This record gives sequence, structure tokens and C-alpha cells, in this order.
Amino acid sequence: VGMRVLVGVKRVVDYAVKVRVRPDKTGVITEGVQHSMNPFDEIALEEAVKLKEKKSATEVVAFSMGGPKCQEVLRTALAKGADKAIHVEIPDADASKLEPLHVARALRKIIENDKFDAVFLGKQAIDDDANQTGSLLAGMLDWPQALYASKVEPDGKSLKVTREIDGGLDTIKVTLPAILSADLRLNEPRYATLPNIMKAKKKPLEKKTAKDLGIDLTPQTKVVEVSEPPVRQAGGFVDDVPTLIAKLKEKGFIKA
Amino acid sequence: LQMLSSLRSSSTLSSSVRGLLTASSAAAKPRHDVEGRAPPPLNQLSEHELALRDTVKRFSHDVIKPLVRSMDDTSTMHEAVIKGTFANGFMGIEVPEKYQGPESSFFDAVIVIEELAKIDPSVSVFVDVQNTLVAPLIFTLGTEEQKQKYLPRICHDWIGAFCLSEAGSGSDAFALKTTAKKDGDDFVINGSKLWITNAGHASFFLVFANAEPEKGYRGITCFLVDRNAEGVSVGKKEDKLGIRASSTCPVNFDGVRVPKSAILGEYGKGYKYAIECLNAGRIGIGAQMIGLAQGCFDAAIPFMQERKQFGSRLIDFQGMAFQVSEVGMEIEAARMLVYNAARMKEAGLSFVKEAAMAKLYSSIVASKTTSKCVEWLGGVGFTKEFPVEKFYRDAKIGTIYEGTSNIQLNTIAKLIDAEYKNKA
Repeated sequence: VGMRVLVGVKRVVDYAVKVRVRPDKTGVITEGVQHSMNPFDEIALEEAVKLKEKKSATEVVAFSMGGPKCQEVLRTALAKGADKAIHVEIPDADASKLEPLHVARALRKIIENDKFDAVFLGKQAIDDDANQTGSLLAGMLDWPQALYASKVEPDGKSLKVTREIDGGLDTIKVTLPAILSADLRLNEPRYATLPNIMKAKKKPLEKKTAKDLGIDLTPQTKVVEVSEPPVRQAGGFVDDVPTLIAKLKEKGFIKA
Repeated sequence: LQMLSSLRSSSTLSSSVRGLLTASSAAAKPRHDVEGRAPPPLNQLSEHELALRDTVKRFSHDVIKPLVRSMDDTSTMHEAVIKGTFANGFMGIEVPEKYQGPESSFFDAVIVIEELAKIDPSVSVFVDVQNTLVAPLIFTLGTEEQKQKYLPRICHDWIGAFCLSEAGSGSDAFALKTTAKKDGDDFVINGSKLWITNAGHASFFLVFANAEPEKGYRGITCFLVDRNAEGVSVGKKEDKLGIRASSTCPVNFDGVRVPKSAILGEYGKGYKYAIECLNAGRIGIGAQMIGLAQGCFDAAIPFMQERKQFGSRLIDFQGMAFQVSEVGMEIEAARMLVYNAARMKEAGLSFVKEAAMAKLYSSIVASKTTSKCVEWLGGVGFTKEFPVEKFYRDAKIGTIYEGTSNIQLNTIAKLIDAEYKNKA
């Protein structure tokens, strides 16, 4: 009793930003754009910190993989209750080509060298919406996974997790060590208060490179093109239902 | 003849330029380069400052924003907002860890004040007074006993109010009539203070009273008075044009007996403390004004991008665009004055002139910005449905409190005069 929890946090374009596609169509514009911690990762972190406050967890370690600016997000994680942070630093040029598979490989290496009882992740990142890292890691480690968690209860050497799925709620029990991914309604993340931001400065932040971990970062996918969705076409007004039906038939949406 | 006169004029030009250079460097200390690198731009914040700004932004958006309109309508500050400012560590920002404070920097206070003002300038001034006037007076001047009593509470739940102004003394602060008559080992305070910010919520007051009126301003002494002391009463709050959620009330002292130990700092030095702490206070108000201007601007521009007339976006009309440029430029300039004054204070440099300039200029910019934003939004700008009319009303106080614009102009002129006199 007393889990060590590893929490993955990703630095993404802030949810409030109106993203724009680059002129060369290779991706979205990220320079000079507001970034912050992935909202689902905030929820995952909050859950881990809450478990520590309830004495079910003894240590919360934050992890992030990417360019130098990941440190901002790790400092915030420390200010929100993580005890220490690990930054796997990738040069900015390569960071844009990182895939969930590479992150899972890095996490696996970290876990191999250092015993963890659980890995908490956000269910998906709001930039790529991949929703892969958790499952890939579970497969690599042969650990059980509890995804889209909306409630977590420690239960001896297991976790009882309620998950939000298409059909409703699904409650499962997973034996530790396990992977968990956080969904929106799991909790409401706290703010990083000023006293905690100050305290976070003294908490350890470890840096590693892909070479240190001995992992391969070769991309498996290649982005061919990124473009905006088609502009919404203007609609029209009709006076009555028969005209509406006629229009729908005319446009081929219902059989004539 | 022509050549001679041009030579002469060029030598007077060079001597006056020399005068300019030496005058401006009179107060500056040499810069200590860090690792041989040039100093970063003023608007580059450290990691920790970015994290703090993010917290304030979220808090303002999540907790304050939904309550802004109702707090303004009812002239009240919501409990959730007050509790939140304490819970997030926005109160007593520089208070040392020894007294349960975050022990952070003055610039952090500027960040908090600025960000809060983008959503509600009333909440901004609420936090500003605590951080730029109340807490600093106590941690710089307090005895160990006073610091132990007040500082931890300042960070957790006690709000302080700064009582200087009276009905008969605003700009002429030292003409105050509140007296503190010595009676054995105690002092008895009699008088009425007016326009006191935070008075409605205050648990204690820093009261400037004259213990020896015969000595003029050299009798003015600062006393720490608790709200529950007998004879203290807080009057009805003012029904104001702007920053309505901030409580502004008269505070009456009717034979309030305080021990000698209630004196903050030295007897008869109150006038000095008032002037000195108001310097930092000016930077705080500057921060409030730039936040207010920015918040208003941020509400107006998207509207001008959406709204079309005569087939073009409002912002595409050159007349409109030119106004937008000017306002944007002035906000940027005001922010640089405020940020630099704050950094100068932190670097231990003399910052009196820069603080006065920051407050003066940013309050002027806030007034102009908000006035323009109401015009740009047209009819809707004039209604309470949009936030700009509130910013317009809130901005006005910037040119009035913590030293009116005329006082700032006076101060700056005197300092410039002295600078050049030193080099004559």
C-alpha cells in the first residue's frame, strides 16, 4: 500500500487558441502561439495528487517528452503536487515528428529502471487526438489498462475504475501495476497556487535524452498534407414543410 | 560667418547632449551582464512568472468572470472571489516564508494585479492594496511581534486597509486632522478617514494620525488598529462610478485607545512611510491600468473583425485601423513603463520618477483606450451586455487615486529639475 505513480504530461497548443494551418500545409502554426498542459493530462495529474493526499500513493513523478519548452509544463506539474519531474529532451526539429509509439518506448525504459505501480495519462492529447500511448505502453509492459476513467478507487493491490464508454459506465478492477487514462469527468484540476509555484523551484527535474534511454525515434508515419476543413456553406430558409421535403429530395438527401 | 555660427551651435548642441546623457545616468547603476548575454526584453517572463500568470488567468476566467456583472450591479465582492485570492496565494506575495508567505517578488505582484484587471479591475485593486501598501509596510517596518501577528493572517484571511485620506485632505495628505493624543502609555485616536479602499472587508487598518499637530507633518504617526477595537466604525460604502465591487468607505475613529506598541515604525515618521510606500503603490496602479486597457482592447478587437458595414470589416476601414494602431501602441508603451519601473525597484534602483510616470501614463492610456473601445463597438458598446462600458467607468479612478495625475506631473517635474540641477 503506497503506490508510486508516473504521470505523463504533454505540452500542447492551448485549447482556447484558434489554430491555423501553415501555408506549406505540413501542419498547424505553433510558433508564438499559447501553449499549456494537455487538459486530460491535468486531470490525470490531479487524480494522482489526490491519491497521494489520501495516502494511497506515496510519490507522484511527472514525465514529459519533447523540446526544451516542456520544462514549463513540468514546472506546473511540480507546482500542482508532483514530487519530481523527468524531461526526455528531444531537439525541437525532431519533436514535431514524435509519435505515441516513441513516447511509449521512453516510458517503458523509465519504468524498467525505476519501479512504478501505476502510469496515469490523459486519455488523448488535444493536438493529435491519438489516444494510443496508454494502450501501446500496456502492451509493451504486459500490464492491464483502465482507459477513459471517470472514477478511481484504490482497492488493496488493485484499482477499481469506472470508465465512460459509448454504452454507459463500465466498472473494472485492475491489479497493479496498471495503466490508467483520465477522462473529462474524473475530477476538477486544482490551480497552481503561488506558494506551490515557489516550492516547485526546489523540486528535482531530471533530464534525459533519447540516446540515454536507447530508444529509436524513427517516425512510422509521414504527414502528407494538413488542410482546413471545407468552409461551411450557407443554408437557406424555406416557408413550409412540403417545400423542405422538396428541397431535400432535390439535393438527394432523401429518396425522391 | 555662417561657418562660425554653425560651429558654435554645434558645440552648444554637443554640451547639451552631454548634459542629457549624464543627467539620465545619474540614478543608474552599471548593469551586471549575466554570462555575457544581453538582458532579455521587458516582456519576457521567467518560467515561474509564466506559471503564475497562467494561474491568475485561469482563476480570473473560471471564478471571477461569471460574477463580474453581478458584483458591479450590487457593489459587492463575492465571497468565492475573496477566498480564491487568498487560497491561490495572491495576498501577501512578498511576505517571507518565515511568516507563512510565498516570499516571492514585487514583479509577481505586478503580474497578478495586471492579469486580474483584465477581467475585473475591482478585484485587481483589492489585491493591489494588500500587496503594495499593507503587507510591505508591515514587513519592512514591523516589530517581530507585529510581524508575527499580522503577516501570516495577511496571507490567509485578514484584509488590511490603508487610512490616509480625509474629507479635508486628499492630495494635501499631510493636512490630515485625525489626531492621536498621548495618554500614559497609550494613544487615543480621534478622526474620520474617507475613501478607504477595502474598508468594508478589512480586519485591520493602518491609520495615519497626527500625535503632535503643533509639529505639522512631523507629528504624523502610523498606527495598527484592529477593526474590533472599541470606537472603530466603518461607514456606508460609496456608490461609485467604477470599480464598484471594491468597497470604498469612510472609517471613523471615536476615542480609539491603542497601546504604544500599535505604532508601526517610528513615532512621527508616518509622513515618510506614506510617501515611500505610495511609490510602490503607483506601480501597482499602473499594472491595474494596463491590465484594464488590455482587457478592454481584447474584448473590442474581435468585434471589429466580425462586424461588417458597407461590406467591409470595421477594422479594415483605415480611419478605424489608424485608431486601433494608436491605442495598441500606447498600451504597449504603458506596459513597458510599468514593467521597467517594477524591475528597477527589484534591482534596488531609485524608481520614484519612473513609478510616477508609469502610473500617470497608464491611467491616461486606460481612459483613452476604453473611451475608444466604446466608440468602436458603437451602440452595443454603450450597453451592459458588452464588457467595454464597465472598463470605461472603471478606468477613470486611475487618474485620481494614489496620487492624482496633477500630483504625478508635479513629482516628475521636481525630479527632472533636480536631475538637471545636479549637472549644472
